[in-house]
Amino acid sequence: MMQLAQEPKADGANTAEGAEPAIDIQQITKSFGTQKVLDGISFQVRRGETRAVLGRSGTGKSVLLRIIVGLQTPDSGAAVILGKNMATASAEDINAVRTQMGFLFQHAALYDSLTIEDNIAFPLVHHRKDMSASERRDRIDLLLKEVGLEGHGQKMPADISGGMQKRAGLARALVLDPVILLLDEPTAGLDPISSGEIDELILNLQEQHQMASIVVTHDMVSAKTIATRIALMDQGKVVIEGSFDQLQKSKESFVSQFLHREF
Amino acid sequence: MASTATLRTNPVIGALEWFGELGSFVWGVLRAAVTPPFQVNEFVRQLDEVGAKSLPLVVLAGSAIGVVLALEARYSLVRFGAKTLLPSAIVFAVITEMSPIVTGLVVSGRVGAGIGAELAAMKVTEQIDAIEASAVDPVKLLAVTRIAACILALPLLTLAASFCGVFMGWVASTLIEPISLTRFVNAGFKGAGFKDFLPPTFKTCVYGMIIGTVASYQGMRARGGAVGVGSAATTSVVLSSLFVILADVILVKVILLLFP
Repeated sequence: MMQLAQEPKADGANTAEGAEPAIDIQQITKSFGTQKVLDGISFQVRRGETRAVLGRSGTGKSVLLRIIVGLQTPDSGAAVILGKNMATASAEDINAVRTQMGFLFQHAALYDSLTIEDNIAFPLVHHRKDMSASERRDRIDLLLKEVGLEGHGQKMPADISGGMQKRAGLARALVLDPVILLLDEPTAGLDPISSGEIDELILNLQEQHQMASIVVTHDMVSAKTIATRIALMDQGKVVIEGSFDQLQKSKESFVSQFLHREF
Repeated sequence: MASTATLRTNPVIGALEWFGELGSFVWGVLRAAVTPPFQVNEFVRQLDEVGAKSLPLVVLAGSAIGVVLALEARYSLVRFGAKTLLPSAIVFAVITEMSPIVTGLVVSGRVGAGIGAELAAMKVTEQIDAIEASAVDPVKLLAVTRIAACILALPLLTLAASFCGVFMGWVASTLIEPISLTRFVNAGFKGAGFKDFLPPTFKTCVYGMIIGTVASYQGMRARGGAVGVGSAATTSVVLSSLFVILADVILVKVILLLFP
């Protein structure tokens, strides 16, 4: 893997450099049958940092996120999240880590039998039993406002657009004030304007909450906008990693091909 | 997971794998069922879905059984000069066998398909993964509540079906040859005790467990898109109906042994 130097950001977003990594991916491999989708992936993400993971379809980007959340286990290597190995930790420890994680699924994965408000409230109902109804109401209202869904809380997921579903999914991911935010193709299937709005939203939320974030995407514009560092994957490996400007300067044929195809 | 390819090439291994995975699922359900926190709100919601919303269908089926039994049994009993046994024949047939098995099969069709399709749709749209990622046990939230609701609702639905069956049996009988309801009931329940009626009614708890477990299992292991959802709904109905019938054979023998 070509590791490019860490470029300090003008806005000081790398203030967490040197701190304990919230996400520590160590030599992860994962195969499905004979197909190896992850082949020795390693990287770390600290609080305040947003790592974009790009690559062609089927290169294991979403699988990587699922391993981080503990929905799948790696064949070898470890995903150490907030100090816990998600493959070997107890169910209680895994759930304790999960309550500090927000995960936006590729298709939002909203519960279609619940309203948007109830979707956002779902983690609160199960993990913040100490919260009063009014506190819960305030929290949901605040998040609906943050993601631009004021007035849509009583709608069902099927009654709103794909972009709004992504926003609702993002609100649900943020409702427990997570330390870690994982976004699986947050702009996939959206028009450029909606994509731009989602990017701006993620950027604002990241500035406010200073989470350790991983964004899996095909969208180079989105990655450029929201990520402090970008990892480009091919055939299960990270081919190159660095800032967007560093990637642009790369002479690697795959990198330039990927960048040109995106633009 | 037993793949379609395995089932196609070796049905025995496929079936063994299916039962093995079902056993593992049931173990997970049992563990989740006795570990707090308990999902009371979801359980009550499922009780409404399984019980209250199945009631009209079960009442209709029970009524139809009563009418058909009254007509068929009258014809046979008159031929053998045993017409006076008609109320007993209807009451015993309805309560001990017809009502439990028909309720089981009706619920298997309505609820089994519903649970299978709903959970399969949640599975293929990553909603079950989202529940797990939210640090909530999907087996406890989705499967345990549905299975428990089925176990509790089936005997209650069976009671409703039995009541309607006996009542409509009387209606059909009295339309052909008038007989008061009191006389019909007295004659029907003559010499019968609780042991004749309670075990057949409560055996439907087992039917409920079968329907809830098989449908939840088929739903939560679904793969693919619409095809996977359709397949889960179909197999939920087919397998739960089949297992209900098989369980009936065993339970009838067990009840006869335990309550001679």
